[in-house]
Amino acid sequence: MHEFTLAELSHLLQKREISSVELVETCLERAEQFNDGLNCFISLFPEPALERARHADELIGGGKAGPLTGIPVVHKDIFCTGGFKTSCASKMLDNFIAPYDATVVDKLNMAGSVMLGKTNMDEFAMGSSSETSFYGPVRNPWDASRVPGGSSGGSACAVSARLAPAATGTDTGGSIRQPAALCGVTGLKPTYGRVSRYGMIAFASSLDQGGPITQTAEDAALMLAAMSGFDENDATSAEAGVDNYTATLNKEIKGLKIGLPAEYFSEQLERPVTDAITAALNLLEEAGASIIEIELPNTELSIPVYYVIASAECSSNLSRYDGVRFGYRCDNPKDIDDLFCRSRGEGFGDEVKRRIMIGTYVLSAGYYDAYYLKAQQIRRMLRDEFSNALKQVDVIITPTTPSTAFPLGARVDDPVSMYLSDIYTVSVNLAGLPAISIPVGFNDGLPIGMQVIGDYFGEARILNVAHQYQQITDWHKRVPRDYQ
Amino acid sequence: MQWEPVIGLEIHVQLATKSKIFSGAANRFGAAANTQACAVDLGLPGALPVTNEAVLRMAVKFGLAVDATIAKRSVFARKNYFYPDLPKGYQISQYELPIVHDGRIRIELRDGAVKEVGITRAHLEEDAGKSMHEDFPGFTGIDLNRAGTPLIEIVSEPDMRAAGEAVAYMKKIHSLVRYLEISDGNMQEGSFRCDANVSIRPKGETKLGTRTETKNINSFRFVEQAINYEIHRQIAVVEAGNEVFQETLLFDPVKNETRPMRSKEEANDYRYFPDPDLPPVVIDNAYIETIRAQLPELPEQKRRRFMDDFGLSEYDSSYLTASKDTADYFETAVAATKGEAKLIANWIMSELSAALNRDNIDINVARVTAEMLAGLVNRIADNTVSNKIARQVFGAMWRGEGSADDIIEKQGLKQVTDTGEIEKSVDEVIAESGAQLEQYRNAPPEKQGKLVGYFVGQVMKKSRGKANPKQVNQLLSAKLKNLGRG
Repeated sequence: MHEFTLAELSHLLQKREISSVELVETCLERAEQFNDGLNCFISLFPEPALERARHADELIGGGKAGPLTGIPVVHKDIFCTGGFKTSCASKMLDNFIAPYDATVVDKLNMAGSVMLGKTNMDEFAMGSSSETSFYGPVRNPWDASRVPGGSSGGSACAVSARLAPAATGTDTGGSIRQPAALCGVTGLKPTYGRVSRYGMIAFASSLDQGGPITQTAEDAALMLAAMSGFDENDATSAEAGVDNYTATLNKEIKGLKIGLPAEYFSEQLERPVTDAITAALNLLEEAGASIIEIELPNTELSIPVYYVIASAECSSNLSRYDGVRFGYRCDNPKDIDDLFCRSRGEGFGDEVKRRIMIGTYVLSAGYYDAYYLKAQQIRRMLRDEFSNALKQVDVIITPTTPSTAFPLGARVDDPVSMYLSDIYTVSVNLAGLPAISIPVGFNDGLPIGMQVIGDYFGEARILNVAHQYQQITDWHKRVPRDYQ
Repeated sequence: MQWEPVIGLEIHVQLATKSKIFSGAANRFGAAANTQACAVDLGLPGALPVTNEAVLRMAVKFGLAVDATIAKRSVFARKNYFYPDLPKGYQISQYELPIVHDGRIRIELRDGAVKEVGITRAHLEEDAGKSMHEDFPGFTGIDLNRAGTPLIEIVSEPDMRAAGEAVAYMKKIHSLVRYLEISDGNMQEGSFRCDANVSIRPKGETKLGTRTETKNINSFRFVEQAINYEIHRQIAVVEAGNEVFQETLLFDPVKNETRPMRSKEEANDYRYFPDPDLPPVVIDNAYIETIRAQLPELPEQKRRRFMDDFGLSEYDSSYLTASKDTADYFETAVAATKGEAKLIANWIMSELSAALNRDNIDINVARVTAEMLAGLVNRIADNTVSNKIARQVFGAMWRGEGSADDIIEKQGLKQVTDTGEIEKSVDEVIAESGAQLEQYRNAPPEKQGKLVGYFVGQVMKKSRGKANPKQVNQLLSAKLKNLGRG
C-alpha cells in the first residue's frame, strides 16, 4: 500500500479497507529497510507513531476523521517537535529535544496525521544537495550516487522512495522545489506568510516558508489546507483567509494565461530540461492555455541579492547558538569568549560558517549600504517585476532547476556552482510568491521538474494547473526501481 | 580658563506592562530565577517575537506628553552582539526609525529658573537578562526573568550645563512616567536608570568636546556625583595637557569615582539591521488621537490648575505637582476640608515632608494619610488647636497614636478660648512679672512691641500652650497699654 497517494490512502482509511496501524507499520518497515542506503531520516519514532495510529483508527471508527487522519507524515528536522530531538542536521543541536511543537507540526497533529520521524537535510537548511548534514549526505532514490537536492532532501527522498506519502519541508531559496524536482515529486512553496514560521528553526526569516512535499498536487492541496493559516505567534503570518484548495483542483484551465520569461531559458539550461518543459507547455496549450512571453530582466541579480540577504539574516539568526543555554557546548572553556568561539567553531559545519561570515561581513559598518541596503533595493525591484508580469498572466512557468540531479560531491568544493543550482527558484522567495514544482519528464533516468509560479495567495490556482497537468500525464506516478 | 560642561542623558525606563515586549511571559520583578522566561525570552530555536500592543500605546503616551512627533512608521532592528545573558545574540531595539522623536520638556532649576531640554528620540527595546557572579564559584549564573522586559530609552539633547540640571531633568522624566502610569519608576529595582554623556569645552566655544558615557546609574544622587566627578576629571585631564578619550565608564558610588568598563565593549560593531521577524510599526492619526484623549492631567497642567483653583503660589504649585503622589495627597486632603488649600499645602511642604525625609519613606505610604492631615487642619481652622499644638498632634499621629481628634481629646489639647480664663492667666503673669513690667513701661513705644512677646510666652506656658494665641495677644496688648500709660 506504500505506492498509493495521500488522497488514495485517505479514501481507503475512511472506507476502513486499511487501518492506520497497518499503514504506519508498512511505512516504518520500509523506512527501516531503506534508510541505511538513502540516509533520509535523522530520527524515527516507531512507538509514538503506532500509538497515534491506534488513536487515529479509533477516530476513523468513530466517524470523526478528517482527510489526514491516520496518514503518516515525516517532518523536516527543522520543525520543532515537542519531546523529540530537533537537530536541524547540525552537531550544534544534536542533543536538542524541542520543548514545544512548531505551529505546522501542531496543525498536522490536530488534523490527525501520524508523525513517523524527522528527515535529513542540509545543516540549518543551508545547501542545495543535502550533503552538509552532520548526519551524512542523503542519496537520490533514482541514482544513489547522486544528490537528492536540498535542503529538504530527506523529505523529497522519503516521498520519492515511497517511504511516506507526505512530508513537510522548508523553502528559503528553493529548498522544497529543487529537491522535489531532482527526486521526481511535487513540492509547494506557499506565499510568504501563508504558513506559520513559529517553531520552524530560522535560516533567513524574510525568505523561509514551510510547505508540503507529496506525490501529487492533489496531496499537496490536502496538506497545505491543514498547514496554513494565521498564527498569532508569528508576526509575519498573513491574516488572509485560507482557500479551499481541493475544491478548485478540477477547474478547466481553458483560457489560462501562462507567462514564459525568456531570461529563464538561457544557454546554461540543459537541453533535455528545455525539451521537457516545452513538451509540458504544449500539453497545457492543448488543454486550452495560452503562452505569453514576459520579461523578468533582473533575474540574473537574484542569486547575489539572495546570498546577501539570506546570509545577513542567518548570521543574526544563528547567534543564539552560543553554548550557553542549549545545544552543543565545547569542553572546558577557559572563559566566556572561549566558550562562544569554540562552541560555535566546533558545533557548526563549514557551509554554515561560510554563510555566517558572509552575513557578518555584509552587515558590518561601512559595508551595510553597499551590500545589504543595495540588495534590499534590488529585491523590491524584482518583486515589482513579478507583480507587473502577473498583471498580464495568471501563472508563470519556468524550469525548477537548470539540470537534473548532480553526483554527490560534485559541487561541494565549488560553492558558487552549488548556489547557481537555485537560479530559477530564489527570485520567487525574494518576491514572496507561491510556486510549485512538478515532475515533467526524465533525462537518463533522472527526473526533471517544472515550476509554476502564482500570484500572492494564489496557491489554489497553481495547484489547479499542476493537478490538471497531472491528470493528463503520469510522470508523478513513476517510482524509482528499487523502491517499487 | 573657564570650562563649560555639556551633558546629555539616556534614560532607560521599564514599562509597566503585564507581559513582556515580545512574549506572553509575565513582566514582574522578584520571581525565582528563570521562572518568568518562555520560549521566546530564552531564544529557543524557532521561537518568534510578537509585539505587545500595550508597549506601543505607552510609547505614544510618552511622546505626546513631551510634545514630540510620533512616527507613523517605526522599525524594530536587531543589535547584534554576544553576551551570556543576551539569549538571542541580539537585542531587539529601534535604530534608524524610533517611535518617538523631537520632543521637549520644561525643567525648574534650584534657583527657580526654568529651562527647556530637548528630547532627541525615545525608542522601544527589550531588556537583557542578568548575569550573577556571586553565588556560583567559578561559574556565572544567568537569570533570564528580565530578558524581554519592555524598555523605553529616552535620549535627551546635550542641553544641560550642570549636574544639577541633569538631576532636575531626570526627576522631571521620572515624575512624568509615573504621572502617565507607564512605569513604576522604581530605581532600586532598576526600573529607571540612566547613562550620562558628559563633555567639557571652553566657555564660549560652540563645538562639542569629546564625551564619555557613564553607564547604568540608578539614583538621582549618584547621577549628580558621577557627573560632577566626570566634569572635574575631564577638566583636570585637559588642563594637564592631555586628551579626554571617548570611553564607556561605570560609576562607583562607594569610591565616588568613575572608571572605564572592560575594554572588550569598545570595538563592537552591532551590525544593526531591520528585524525580519517584526513588520514595521504603523501608527495612524486616529490611534494617536484616541491616546491623546485618554492622557491624564500632566504636571504642567496640574501646576497651572493648582495656581488658578487653589490660589497657590507658583512655588507651592510646582512643589506639590512635582510628583503625582504628592499632588494626589494634596487634593485628597483639601477635599476633606472646607477649602483649606493653603494650610494643607504648608503642612505638606513643612511638617509632612520633614517627617518623610527623616524616615525615608514615600508620601503614598505616609503614616499620616491625606485624610488624617485634613482632620488636623480642620481643627486648626476652627481654632480647636493652635499651630504649635497642631505640630504636637502631628507628631503623635506620625507615631501612630490615632486621629487628630482622638489625640486632642485624649491629651486634653483643646485650645482655651474662654476669655475669662485667659484673662485670669494674663493678670497672674502681669502680677508675677514686676521687673519685666518696669522694663516695658520705660521702653520707648517702638520697642514695647518686642517686650510683649515675653508676656505672651509666659501666658502660653501657663496654659500649657492651649490658650488661643490670638486672644492672648489681644488681651495682653490692651492691658499692657493701660498699664504703660499708668
